[in-house]
Amino acid sequence: MKFGIVTFPGSNCDYDAYHAITEVLGEEAIYLWHKDHDLQSSDVIILPGGFSYGDYLRAGAIARFSPIMQEVIAHAKAGGPVLAICNGFQIACEAGLLPGALMRNSHLQFVSDAVRMRVENTDTMFTNLYERGEVLRIPVAHGDGRFVASEETLDQLEGDGRVVFRYADATGKITPQANPNGSERNIAGIVNDAGNVLGLMPHPERACSPLLGSSDGVRLLESILTKVAA
Amino acid sequence: MSQVAPRPGDPVITPALVAEHGLTPDEFQRLQGMLGRDPTFTELGIISALWSEHCSYKHSRPVLKSLPTEAPHVLQGPGENAGVISIGDGLAVAFKIESHNHPSAVEPYQGAATGVGGILRDVFTMGARPIAMLNSLRFGSLDDSRVRYLFAGVVKGIGDYGNCVGIPTVAGEIVFDAAYEKNPLVNAMCVGLMHEEDLIRAKAEGVGNPIMAVGARTGRDGIHGASFASEDLSEASDAKRPRIQVGDPFTEKLLLEASLELIKSGHIVAIQDMGAAGLTSSSAEMAERGDVGVTIDVSKVPTREKGMTPYEILLSESQERMLVVARKGHEDAVSEILTKWDLTAAVIGEVISEPVYRVTEGSRIVAEFPGSRLVTDCPVYSPGARESAAIIELRAADPSSIPELAEERDHCWTLERLLASPTIASKTWAYRQYDSTVRTNTVVGPGGDAAVLRVRGTNKAISLKTDCNGRYVYLDPRVGGRIAVAEAARNVACTGARPMAITNCLNFGNPTRPEVFFQFREAVAGMGEACRALGTPVTGGNVSFYNESPTSAVYPTPVIGMVGLIDDLAHVTRSAFQHDGDTILLLGEMAGELGGSEYLATIHGEVVGAPPRCDPAREKAVIDALLESIQSGAVSSAHDCSDGGLAVALSECCISNIDCLSGAEVDLSCFNGFTDRAILFGETQGRIVISSAAPERVMEIAKRHGVDCTQIGRVRRHSDILEVTLPKSSLRAPLARLKSAYHDTIPSIMSRTPEHATFDELSQVAAH
Repeated sequence: MKFGIVTFPGSNCDYDAYHAITEVLGEEAIYLWHKDHDLQSSDVIILPGGFSYGDYLRAGAIARFSPIMQEVIAHAKAGGPVLAICNGFQIACEAGLLPGALMRNSHLQFVSDAVRMRVENTDTMFTNLYERGEVLRIPVAHGDGRFVASEETLDQLEGDGRVVFRYADATGKITPQANPNGSERNIAGIVNDAGNVLGLMPHPERACSPLLGSSDGVRLLESILTKVAA
Repeated sequence: MSQVAPRPGDPVITPALVAEHGLTPDEFQRLQGMLGRDPTFTELGIISALWSEHCSYKHSRPVLKSLPTEAPHVLQGPGENAGVISIGDGLAVAFKIESHNHPSAVEPYQGAATGVGGILRDVFTMGARPIAMLNSLRFGSLDDSRVRYLFAGVVKGIGDYGNCVGIPTVAGEIVFDAAYEKNPLVNAMCVGLMHEEDLIRAKAEGVGNPIMAVGARTGRDGIHGASFASEDLSEASDAKRPRIQVGDPFTEKLLLEASLELIKSGHIVAIQDMGAAGLTSSSAEMAERGDVGVTIDVSKVPTREKGMTPYEILLSESQERMLVVARKGHEDAVSEILTKWDLTAAVIGEVISEPVYRVTEGSRIVAEFPGSRLVTDCPVYSPGARESAAIIELRAADPSSIPELAEERDHCWTLERLLASPTIASKTWAYRQYDSTVRTNTVVGPGGDAAVLRVRGTNKAISLKTDCNGRYVYLDPRVGGRIAVAEAARNVACTGARPMAITNCLNFGNPTRPEVFFQFREAVAGMGEACRALGTPVTGGNVSFYNESPTSAVYPTPVIGMVGLIDDLAHVTRSAFQHDGDTILLLGEMAGELGGSEYLATIHGEVVGAPPRCDPAREKAVIDALLESIQSGAVSSAHDCSDGGLAVALSECCISNIDCLSGAEVDLSCFNGFTDRAILFGETQGRIVISSAAPERVMEIAKRHGVDCTQIGRVRRHSDILEVTLPKSSLRAPLARLKSAYHDTIPSIMSRTPEHATFDELSQVAAH
């Protein structure tokens, strides 16, 4: 399977995603340049973390206008898998691929930590190898990670089972202390209506090796393999 | 041939103008002699920057020459943008540390951010991809609201810059002491990884090759930053805010990628950051290294605003700019790479055979210096050195004569206060603001003895640490200099790494004062002794003098940035206790030295006594014994014994991993030749707390290396108490209390500022 990783000016987790795909998953990965229009027959698109265009205007607000995003949006609309991590999540929201927005963390500081998140729905192409209620240890590193949406949208997301990950404590309890950024309802990751676009603030690609503290992210990537290959 | 002539509108050169440029009358005469005439205003500006302490090292160079700089693994020693060492497998590590003290004292956020930006550029201009950032920070007491503003601003500046560029900040040290109240120290270190064959030097070569300015455009910011860094801070320093540069990490990220691509492409022969003194020093230094002449036409430099004078263009310290010597005929190829990354490139000059440094503005020559050694033709000083009588007296004082406080009968009371001392307390408040895991190499991040990063494609890892105890250096600069190197070495060794080489950032006061120069000379001598014994040569660094406020100089603070190498990832070792029932050992001797300790400073408010002794040969033996024990598989955890002594080291082994506290049962009653407080809180050097499932093996190895090693207790993973039996008393410390003292102190102090205050709001608080 071929993973296309988009490099925007200011992307800085493209390299980590590349290594997770090629070294841990053993699949093919290529970098896609933001000025290009060709996804080069990638099966899965990864919008990686970083600070596209410095995030000087609003995180993700400029990157969504990159030439490559037209193709990414078309790929998503056609049901192609898109994994949007951190800055990628912000870009996906700005591009309308996912509802809601990512605002400045409630404590106004950048937060870098290994947080825990609970798997809320295992019936997605990104989570089918996890168990429901399982608590994962995954690093976060962001300044604008507070997920917000209207009450109506939040209710709908929850009702449709589209809240895929929630920040939780070690025992799986959803507590304010476990929420690193003040996200509404402790939401860490959501999927779109069709279930083929996942946006999340934590970095699964950084949780792919016990040597680095956690390999809980591996099954997320493997889930895509099982589902898309099937 | 046309002659240099004053530019219309240039100020007349008067003694007052010369003094304003920081040149002494003697230095001005030297300049006149060099030119054979009076300088133009532009030339005066150039020399003011190049002969500033910051650029010229005029007070430090003779002393620095005494440091060891060579070893078989050193590929590039001092004198380049960064030092480079080989780590085998065709790979090399480039690293350097640099200060940004004065800008940070006036404008903490931008001062710290641009410090990070500058040191990043120094590393990637060697052809290395930056893989880690470290820092070493010193502030006054956190009880002061302006200090909290400086601390918050510096941390945010470091975080925002490094996070955006995508380089993990993995380790460092933060010290709080009234000595740094008005003059904080902000030192940033960058470490990069490269293939040996990609090493490129900033040496202008090839007559006829074009000189290009690449990256950001040149603006009016930061003019005379180098000179600002070369004078004491004063009440007037706030007015020099415009001399401080503004950083743009997004452009830096683009410049980083573009520069590495340029170096790989083979289209260029040299590249250097336009850092301190901007275009002036980068061009002069590259010419000097290549022993060639250069000519620069300032009218071709892309500028941010119209009407900039040659003086301004030459001295601007606008950030995120590079000077490149391209191969003749490859100019378009260079431009194409820059354009890909949305950056500009412009040919602004040429390498020439004539030994001259010439600046033109179109056809007009605005500056011309003979020779190609503009930078090293500066004056060199060897000022008088004399130790301050007051310090001799402090050192002679006997710490054991200081009576214990009544509260100290409860050792837990004392220990809690030490753990809550901001210098010792957990710095997670700061580290949480730094992305420490991006690039997915961080095996041990902030908070350990040293950071550990795996080296992709190998089974190796590198270990990194910055270190210095300024109080020791203040009380005895020779010993303090040794300890700074030895402790940094011990720290990387605790992670399982062999210490390889150092970079240093020497933060001192005004060198024209004999007592300051004495500190500098002695500290460097002490560092040299330790470096020789430990086999860790100096590959470069930075000297920052004039760290003085109207009231006093900072503690002499020679910060060491150490790089160590772990040959096998299986040997990576952590500081916290790991397994229930492991035996706890003290590697190294018990000597009960309280002089210069954190205990005396925190509990008694005293900075007195001789700092602990430091015998570099013994330090080497301790490190060798430790590494052999680790490599034999006998070590579960290893932690350096430093600030706060054995009691604090043991506590940290129990509580530093907040997710997994561990109790311990320790018996120190065998050390009955010392007082209980000296056993607990003395800071004798060369000591490591080890936990081991095979203590006999560790004992045997230590014995072979001639190092003391004592079994002192057991790890009690499920206990919630640290229990220590002493010759005359005992300590029973509930982990909950230790944890709260250690982990809650800094967050609680920083919340004294209005809750959820933004950095801008903090600025307002600080203004009052």
